Order: sequence, then structure tokens, then C-alpha cells
Amino acid sequence: MVLQGVLLVLVAVGGATVVLVRDPLRQAIVAGVFGLLLGVLFFAFQAPDVALSQIVVGSVALPAMIILALAKLAQLRGSDE
Amino acid sequence: MSRRVRGGLFWVAAPVFGFLLVWGLLGLPDFGDYRGPYGDLLQQVALPERHTPQVVGATTFDYRGFDTLGEEFILFAAALGAVVLLRQQRGEEKDEEEEQDHPADRQRRDTSDALRLLGLGLVGPLVVLGFYVIVHGHLTPGGGFQGGVVLASAFVLVHVAGRYLILQRVRPMPLVEITEAGGAAGFVLVGLGGMIAGSTFLFNFLPLGEPGTLLSAGMIPLLNISVGLEVAGAVVLLFSEFLEQWLLRGRGGGA
Amino acid sequence: MSFLPYAVVVWLLLVGLYGIVTSHHLVHLIVCLTVVQSSSYVLLLAIGYRTGAEAPIYKDIPPETPVVDPVVQALTLTDVVVEATVAALLLALVVQAQKRFGTVDPDEIVTLKG
Repeated sequence: MVLQGVLLVLVAVGGATVVLVRDPLRQAIVAGVFGLLLGVLFFAFQAPDVALSQIVVGSVALPAMIILALAKLAQLRGSDE
Repeated sequence: MSRRVRGGLFWVAAPVFGFLLVWGLLGLPDFGDYRGPYGDLLQQVALPERHTPQVVGATTFDYRGFDTLGEEFILFAAALGAVVLLRQQRGEEKDEEEEQDHPADRQRRDTSDALRLLGLGLVGPLVVLGFYVIVHGHLTPGGGFQGGVVLASAFVLVHVAGRYLILQRVRPMPLVEITEAGGAAGFVLVGLGGMIAGSTFLFNFLPLGEPGTLLSAGMIPLLNISVGLEVAGAVVLLFSEFLEQWLLRGRGGGA
Repeated sequence: MSFLPYAVVVWLLLVGLYGIVTSHHLVHLIVCLTVVQSSSYVLLLAIGYRTGAEAPIYKDIPPETPVVDPVVQALTLTDVVVEATVAALLLALVVQAQKRFGTVDPDEIVTLKG
């Protein structure tokens, strides 16, 4: 019970942090940590399947795609100038 | 509209929206007081009827299998859309040099040795773990969606710890596309098998077996495997499309 | 205390929307969109929760134990994977936007007009 309350507050703080970090590259890493926090919250809600999904997707697949897209954007901008 | 107007509109609309949301959510039963009849019915019926102890898996692939078919095709369409968007356009030439194997490249190493060693050690266990999670979807938490992404992350690891050339040899594009399309089609074919067996689409027509063993729960393991292949194929495809993008137009951004 | 999950849902939704409205970079916008998506996952799971119940896997607990709702978990777990793929599609759109407009600032794209 206490664990769920603490995790919910941490998730709220994490969500605000993800939004307030403006640089996309740093935001990708913060989003990975937010995904992990969400996964632990889902685990505390007695939902192991959902937690597994969230950890795998939110900490591996999503930050990887974001960083790849940013690399391509940096390359495009570099060749324009 | 300009930025200030947009910001002003947001600060006016957000409190109203938030108030309406909170008002609506207050009408729900208290947190922890679950009254729904559907969930109670499912948990009583899943083990005797489908011989699987994993009620969530039985719900995803059997009782609500049609929703999962829709979700799987959303995934398929999103991967397809990304491939179409990132295709090589007129005026962009592919950097042919990067594709060939230069002996000098093998000497020049940007990644640290620790990363390469760890990556090499982890790729095998990741593939095994991915297949384990997919195939045991009807016994333990897991299933096609989770296991598919774990399987795809093994390919991400090959890129991070190795070179792009190794990734290309290990993951030929036609194989990835065939896997993804095969997974999506496999789901529909298993569902049609239910129709051919004389009943409705996605009817569980295979023998049910002993609950708790690997070959049980009828068609649920088959659906898990097809979804797992499709998800793995889609994520590897998306990842590769972004990587190919980076190769187009040369190494302007640095190797 | 019993309203805390729903309060967190509303907070995540509004914070994500704020990020989307006041964003300077399209990739930042997409990550704020994932925060909004996560609010819907928390809402679904909070609805299905039953105090003192176990996870809905009957492998090692007797078949009569109360468990949390399996239907919302089935919905959420497919949702998580699918929405990440949709986010990847949006990132592909952002790369195309950079190629066509030369910028990824949402305000400048509106004023450029091709």
C-alpha cells in the first residue's frame, strides 16, 4: 500500500521531469528511467505482464529509436550548413 | 496561431479540462474496490475451459483475440508507414563505401572493449530469453508481445557492440520482412483454422492438453509465436530503417 | 489516499499536454506524447485493481484466490508495444519534416509554408 503510494508520487515527479527537460538527447535517457519507474509501478499493481512489456519497450526500444532519429537529424542539419 | 495565443488558450482550457476529468474520475468506485463481473467470470472460467493458468494470456489471445488481431495490424501498419516515409528518395545517393568491408575499419575501433565483450556475451542469452518468453506465454507472465521486443533488442545489441556490417550480415532484410509478414498472416490463418473446424473465427480448435505443460491451451501458443515473430520483425525493421537513413548521404555526421 | 492513482493520471495527462503545447523541438513533443500515453496505462490498471489480491496467474496459488482484473491488463500490455511503434512512425515523420522544411521547431514550420 505504502509502496504503491510512493511509486505513484515518483511517477508523477518523473513525468514532470521528462516534460521539463528540453534537450531531446537528455530527454531520451530521462524517458528511459521514467519507463523503468512505470514498470515497477505496474509490478506493484500486481500486473507482471504489463510491467514486462513496459520495461522492455520503454527502456530499450523507445530510447534507441529516439537517439537514432536525433542522429539522423543532426546529420541532416550538418550537411545543410 | 502564434505561440502566445496557443499558450494562453492552453492555460484557459487546461483547468476546465482538469476539473472535468477529476469530476468524472470521482464517480468511479474507490481504488481497490473492483466490482466488474467480467473479470470475476474470466478468472473462474479460464483454467477449466482453456487449460491455462495464465488468465491474462488467455484473455489476450482467446477471449479477446479479435482485439489483439487489430492491435497487431496497427503495429504492422506503423512499421509499413515508417518504411514508406524513410525510403530512399530522388536526389539522395547511398554511400556505397560504407557498405563494403575495409580492412582499415577493422583496426579503427570507436567502441570500448568492455562494451564489445559484454555485447558479445549477451547476444546469445538474449535470443534464448526472447524465445523462452514467447513460447511460455501461456504458462508464465510474458507472451508474444514482450518476447518479440526482447528478441529484437538482441539485434540492437549487435549494432551497439559491433559494426553496422556485422548487423547487415546477421540480419538480411528480406528475412526480416518475411518474418514480420509471416507473423501477421499466421495470426489470421490460425483464426481461420477455427472457422474451418466448423465454428467461429478464432475458435480454440486445437486439443487442450494438460494445464501447466508446454503443449497445452490449444491454439494460444501458436498465436503467441506468430505475434512474437511479427513484433520482433517490426521492431527490427523500424530500427534498420532508421539506421539506413543514417547511411544515406555519407558519413557527414561522423562514423 | 484512495484518489491518489486518479490524481496522478490527471497530473500526467495535463503535464504531457503542457509539454506538447509549449514544445520547441518536435522530438521533445513526441516524448511528451509518451507521457500522455502512460497516463492511460495507469488509469486502466488502477481501475482493475483489487486490494489485497494477487496477480492473475494461477500457477502456484489455489484456484479460488481473488485476483486483480485480467481484462484491463490484456488491453494495456498490447497497448504499450503498439504505441511505441506509433511513436517510431512519428519519429520517421519528424525526419521527413527536417528534410522538407529544414527545421524541427514547430513554430517555424507553421510560418514557412513549403
